[in-house]
Amino acid sequence: MKKMTYTISIYTENNVGLLNRVSQIFLKRHINIASITSSESEIPDIFRFIIIVNVSKEQVVKVVKQIEKQIEVISVFFHTDKQTIFLETALYKVKSSSLFEEKQIQNIIKESRANIVTVKSDFFVIEKTGWRSETEDLYKKLKPYGLLQFVRSGRISVTKKSMEISKILNGK
Amino acid sequence: MKKISGAEAIIRCLISEGVDVLFGYPGGAIMPVYDELYKFQKELNHVLVRHEQGATHAAQGYARSSGKVGVAIATSGPGATNLVTGIADAQIDSTPMVCITGQVASYLLGSDAFQETDIVGISTPVTKWNYQITKASEISEIISKAFYIAKSGRPGPVLIDITKDAQFDMIEDFEYKKCINIRSYTPTPTFDKSVIQDAVKLINKSKKPLIVWGQGVILGNAEPEFKDFVEKSGIPSAWTILGVSAISTNHELNVGMVGMHGNYGPNILTNQCDLLIAIGMRFDDRVTGDLKSYAKQAKIIHFEIDPAEVDKNVKVELAVIGDVKETLKKILPLVKKRNHDSWVCKFRELNKIEFDKVIDKEYNKEHGGLSMAEVIKSINENTDGNSILVTDVGQHQMVACRYMNFNKSKSNITSGGLGTMGFALPAALGAKIGDPKREVIAVIGDGGFQMTIQELGTIFQTSSAVKIVILNNEFLGMVRQWQQLFFDKRYASTEMTNPDFVTISKGYFIESKRVSKRKDLNSSVKQMLSHDGPFLLEVCVEKEDNVFPMIPSGSSVSDIRLE
Repeated sequence: MKKMTYTISIYTENNVGLLNRVSQIFLKRHINIASITSSESEIPDIFRFIIIVNVSKEQVVKVVKQIEKQIEVISVFFHTDKQTIFLETALYKVKSSSLFEEKQIQNIIKESRANIVTVKSDFFVIEKTGWRSETEDLYKKLKPYGLLQFVRSGRISVTKKSMEISKILNGK
Repeated sequence: MKKISGAEAIIRCLISEGVDVLFGYPGGAIMPVYDELYKFQKELNHVLVRHEQGATHAAQGYARSSGKVGVAIATSGPGATNLVTGIADAQIDSTPMVCITGQVASYLLGSDAFQETDIVGISTPVTKWNYQITKASEISEIISKAFYIAKSGRPGPVLIDITKDAQFDMIEDFEYKKCINIRSYTPTPTFDKSVIQDAVKLINKSKKPLIVWGQGVILGNAEPEFKDFVEKSGIPSAWTILGVSAISTNHELNVGMVGMHGNYGPNILTNQCDLLIAIGMRFDDRVTGDLKSYAKQAKIIHFEIDPAEVDKNVKVELAVIGDVKETLKKILPLVKKRNHDSWVCKFRELNKIEFDKVIDKEYNKEHGGLSMAEVIKSINENTDGNSILVTDVGQHQMVACRYMNFNKSKSNITSGGLGTMGFALPAALGAKIGDPKREVIAVIGDGGFQMTIQELGTIFQTSSAVKIVILNNEFLGMVRQWQQLFFDKRYASTEMTNPDFVTISKGYFIESKRVSKRKDLNSSVKQMLSHDGPFLLEVCVEKEDNVFPMIPSGSSVSDIRLE
């Protein structure tokens, strides 16, 4: 079966050990997690994990059922890229000297619609939020000027259609 | 109100849950709880096993014979890790069990303290739920959740790890409230009326239907509803190894076992039926053989409580998700009363071929070394079909489950999914304690027996009247059989030089006897059964017998071999 990128959204109670319980489900099936983020959700005390995997439809359905089965998991949804609005944030730390010596850098930042977060005497930090292709493109462009550090967050996303988690909570 | 310690709170919680027996082993980090157990000896019977693995298997045996939650208790570190095999076994066979482990004090967590191990991390993949208690105030709520989770919905094991300081800390206003729901957990999913109607349509118009039932029928206490459904619909019904005993062996619509060493008829006809009705079973690979050629011609209905099992191994036409007792009740009045005589006859005809080629030769053997089957025959002839059979893992397990007569539910206790050698002896002890009025017969191979042989000490100390039958072929028989059939008879590390089991048994003050001649078999079985107390019967059987029929691993169910 054809593999594709799925965004799995998991609403859970806020308990120690849940990340381990969720991640072991992927481990057991030898599925690599491409990215994972977790934060408090729109409902107080309810956490939301966003896990990105590249698997077949059949695999994602099975994994979602296994996650849903865990006691402290409230609800799980999975979506394709077309069904979500998603972004990643990347930070690029560059030597300050190059900002002033290499005029091209300022153009790159402008053209990429990136922001300068901070400028210190020895380095400055650029932030770019967008799709993977955009943050990667900026990475390639900045690389020749010497990147001191580069980091990219996991994907965060919201779905186009509602997930109706509050209804599920009230119904239970 | 009087202050009580966390340890006392744990005991009070267990008593409130109706626990009357615990299987365990003391040690440093659980000592405050044991100190309280000393004070509550009248209310709680603690069975001191000889190894923590034995505590889990005994708790499993107890749960499976009594229908209640089994409880095992151990200390931190090695005590806790020794529970893991039993927990994994309970997880895969859906056995309700609560394990309580001591843990180093909370301020020592993460410091690699003496006997510290991350048992919550280790047990996560093999528990239905687990939790670490670090404050005495959490005990009441968490233990009530543990029991609720272990027994509700699809049952399973729960592990609660309790730090030593939480056991010592004093709490005021202790109160125990039974957990009745958890907002993030739906033990029994509700079902749609339309699903019932769809199922009824498929059932009523089928011409060659086959029921395959599993342990879900027993775990759901749905034996009466299941029997009514089978009898009204007239559908031939086959069992998985954990499902057997839900209806009696001699029922006219019971057509035998499915799977690797199951019966000829139901395996072959799985690939000829037009409707396969799976009830409380999970299409294990030992049941299905090669999935690409499993029941492809049939429509499949799956009665199942766990949505994650639906379409996991076999794609089904229709899933009836819910408590099988409820779904069968809804189906029953709507299914047509029918009989499928000529279709049932096909099962009988095929099973007759198996009888002639396999069963008659080993069950009614007259010459040569003793077969495992004739030992079960002798047990059948000397019991009324009401005893509990506990088996270990391997050839003896397949033979015993194939041939034993069952008239009563909850009569077959075995390690199915995990295939845990060493399961039977402690599980038999637990089964006897769980249902003391019933005869418990443990049939064990010489290999598996030696994996938990030390539990003879527990059987002796508790005077549990367990009957132990060792089928000794001086081989790890099932592995040897595979070596013979698939590895050109290269018997790598499967031959065993065994100790004298009778002498060992005597060392534990358990009556025992060895039998190797056919003429002595029946009288020895009689002697074992009439003995008041535990008894070990060692039967020396043919060394290189094979279990047939057999579906070689990776083959189709219809390629089942009789020789």
